[in-house]
Amino acid sequence: MAERVVATEEALKLIDLLKERYGSIMFYQSGGCCDGSVPMCYRDGDFRLGDSDIHLGEIGGVPFYMHKSQYEYWKHTQLIIDAKEGPGAAFSLDSIEEKHFITDSRVFTDGEHKDIKTLL
Amino acid sequence: MIYANPNTEGALIHFKDKYDNFIGGKWVAPVKGEYFENKSPVTGEVFTKAARSSAEDIELALDAAHAAKDAWGKTSTAERARILNKIADRLEENLEMIAVAETWDNGKAVRETLNADIPLAIDHFRYFAGVIRALEGRTTQLDNDTVAYHFHEPLGVVGQIIPWNFPILMATWKIAPALAAGNCIVLKPAEQTPVSILVVAELIQDLLPAGVLNIVNGYGIEVGKPLATNPRIAKVAFTGSTAVGRQIMQYATENIIPVTLELGGKSPNVFFEDVMDKDDEFLDKAIEGFVMFALNSGEICTCPSRALIQESIYDKFMERALERVKAIKVGNPLDTDVMMGAQASNQQKEKILSYIKLGQEEGAELLIGGKENDLGEGLKNGNYIQPTVFKGNNKMRIFQEEIFGPVLAVTTFKDFNEAMEIANDTLYGLGAGVWSRSGDIAYRAGRGIQAGRVWTNTYHQYPAGAAFGGFKMSGIGRENHAMMLEHYQQTKCLLVSYDRKAQGFF
Repeated sequence: MAERVVATEEALKLIDLLKERYGSIMFYQSGGCCDGSVPMCYRDGDFRLGDSDIHLGEIGGVPFYMHKSQYEYWKHTQLIIDAKEGPGAAFSLDSIEEKHFITDSRVFTDGEHKDIKTLL
Repeated sequence: MIYANPNTEGALIHFKDKYDNFIGGKWVAPVKGEYFENKSPVTGEVFTKAARSSAEDIELALDAAHAAKDAWGKTSTAERARILNKIADRLEENLEMIAVAETWDNGKAVRETLNADIPLAIDHFRYFAGVIRALEGRTTQLDNDTVAYHFHEPLGVVGQIIPWNFPILMATWKIAPALAAGNCIVLKPAEQTPVSILVVAELIQDLLPAGVLNIVNGYGIEVGKPLATNPRIAKVAFTGSTAVGRQIMQYATENIIPVTLELGGKSPNVFFEDVMDKDDEFLDKAIEGFVMFALNSGEICTCPSRALIQESIYDKFMERALERVKAIKVGNPLDTDVMMGAQASNQQKEKILSYIKLGQEEGAELLIGGKENDLGEGLKNGNYIQPTVFKGNNKMRIFQEEIFGPVLAVTTFKDFNEAMEIANDTLYGLGAGVWSRSGDIAYRAGRGIQAGRVWTNTYHQYPAGAAFGGFKMSGIGRENHAMMLEHYQQTKCLLVSYDRKAQGFF
């Protein structure tokens, strides 16, 4: 089964570090201006989820969500969460670290896309 | 000309080694004594430090603001307007220095800070000095003996969280109406650009009563949250991403306070076939309108990042348009001939490059650019990206997400209806552009696009007096217009009976 969101080794290291610091954490894919279009990392519960959100999967044991309407435009791609040099987006836990999360993506193959559709 | 780098000989500005918070009219060191480094995106080098504040510093700023709010709220509008005009004059006297400081903090071309950011900020103070004098309450005679008097009262103390793309101008869009309306402010600049607004505060500190404007630097998670959740603020204003916008709204629910939010867009710029009916000034203007995606290195919420070109003119139009993209002069942001400077941060640069990769993977055709820009000596570690244009279709993610860089996604449409369908097929509704020689096509398109601002036969103009804000997921509220005063005031109704007789219920 194809996964909708995966993480690189570097991202997993950063996830471990943040889990150590804060305990239970979560991701929410942002959109919009400035620090938009990045995976925001929050302490669990610091961002309130609702019926408009979709759970895409887990990376490093951490749940990853995004808005359903945004997912409609993203569903043909797999999100590959990576970590790069420099601090992250404001309000995200990686904003005070030396590395930050970034959403890379790849287009699903036709077969994978068929699998993914069964999840909707 | 090329301005000397700040902190070097002949520079217009020498930044201090570190900047404290501006609280109660004084420069106050952060309670915990910590500072964070501030890099210039121009060179990638650290040039100063700003206070890494905590919740305790927010409390100090709120103490100062609350101590000042009663007197400021009662200050006559004539006096408040006089102060705003003096601020404008002071900024105007120092325009060049402020422009260089802004370019150094943010990375944008000095041509833009000299001719757009700072002049617009100056005019913004003057605009709100003007409109507050003309603001009137309404009186209604409900019956012969009963009158409703409606007064505009300030909210009190407000919190404002500022983005990094126009650090001074976006701060001004929030500060000027809030002060005009009689509020005191606790303002948090973006952590990526903490200093240029403090340069402004240094210049104007003697003009404002202590505590009316307070500026606290630090990280969003360390000071943004304590500010936005604080029971001592009466409103919060924010510009930034959708996730943080939603978070700010969630924070505001805790104390039942209003929010205004400006959260970005994916603005369509629609070119109808009649723009090519003649080869004249108007066509030249339309081509410039296409290239506006590169203004401010693409770091504008209203970046016209989707160009919709009518199929019948696509080839001819694009030939001209790409020539103009090629002519964008990229280089040292402090060179007044340079049209496009640096991206504001390394994080921003990485994100843009990731989208460029995704565009190619989605099958979009790369028409120009697509790489990091190596500008050589002295600028090697700065954050530079080539102006980039893709051709693809509106279902691709590069057409749907705010890349916030000089990356344009182009597609075609057959007729008016298809243009509207594509233009509106987005989560956002902040800006849009419509280009046509036909008044009725331009009008119908402007009314048909679901966006708060539709530029018609122009783009990226931000004069005070033209309301700015978003439909759909682009936010709540309108800035840059007198109506912003409503977002910073509440209505007091005095319902007065001039009848001496009892109502007769008891």
